[in-house]
Amino acid sequence: MHVNWDVFTPWSSLLGGCLIGLAAALLVLTNGKIAGISGIVAGVFSARTQELGWRAMFLVGLIGAPMIYGLYADLPQSVIQTSSIGLVIAGLLVGIGTRIGGGCTSGHGVIGLSRLSSRSLVATITFMLGGFVTVYVINHLSVRMTS
Amino acid sequence: MRSIWALISGLIFGLGLIVSGMVNPQKVIGFLDIFGEWDPSLALVMSGAIGIGIVTFNYVDKRVTTLLGDDLQLPTNRTVDKKLVLGSLIFGVGWGIAGFCPGPGLVSLGMGYTDASVFVVSMIVGMLIYQMIRKDRR
Repeated sequence: MHVNWDVFTPWSSLLGGCLIGLAAALLVLTNGKIAGISGIVAGVFSARTQELGWRAMFLVGLIGAPMIYGLYADLPQSVIQTSSIGLVIAGLLVGIGTRIGGGCTSGHGVIGLSRLSSRSLVATITFMLGGFVTVYVINHLSVRMTS
Repeated sequence: MRSIWALISGLIFGLGLIVSGMVNPQKVIGFLDIFGEWDPSLALVMSGAIGIGIVTFNYVDKRVTTLLGDDLQLPTNRTVDKKLVLGSLIFGVGWGIAGFCPGPGLVSLGMGYTDASVFVVSMIVGMLIYQMIRKDRR
């Protein structure tokens, strides 16, 4: 393992993480809901859509965040190197996988772990391993997914 | 009033994803690339979020209602089964391919990246496919 200290951003990442924790705290304290993004999105598109209101409002805030951020500072640039077909495959796997597993990085990784749930711990370890292996295969075994 | 708080929560969540760097797939893949030039930043995102989360949920789990007096709706499922592992594995592979998980995908959509919209639409299609499969089994 070799750490690339040039790209390491401890303070902004810690601050951003605290904001994510704060957002989750706010949602549960005011709405009694878990800020699990995959669950919130799936709830909007469910056949038996329930409680559309808070879900829609949360998602408007989430998608609107860059606009608000942009009023005060320049938005950081993202680098997306995955090809279109790679993005389609990734999206399908993330959509199906989070539904089968009942959560994603936020629901299991942040809130589940905060609640000391063994279920969420298993989920988090599993999706982290899945991510590590996939990036290893793409970056080091030269399986082309980039455009 | 409650839905205004949901809006503010979503906004702060999104700002957190931008500030932390999680919204940038290159940074996420840099974190997942433990055998390459590793960027440990996202471990600190998790630490910050879970740090606040532990304090919050320790308090919340002792309560019956929200601060506004409504019922709390917290997951009670503690089952560890094949479905949990299989689903999380599939999600992890998808996460590793593009560096997007659901939250950052949506925020990137708000940043105007066309690539993010390809990811988000596919993710929603994936969720709908799951619903169809589940319905067939009933």
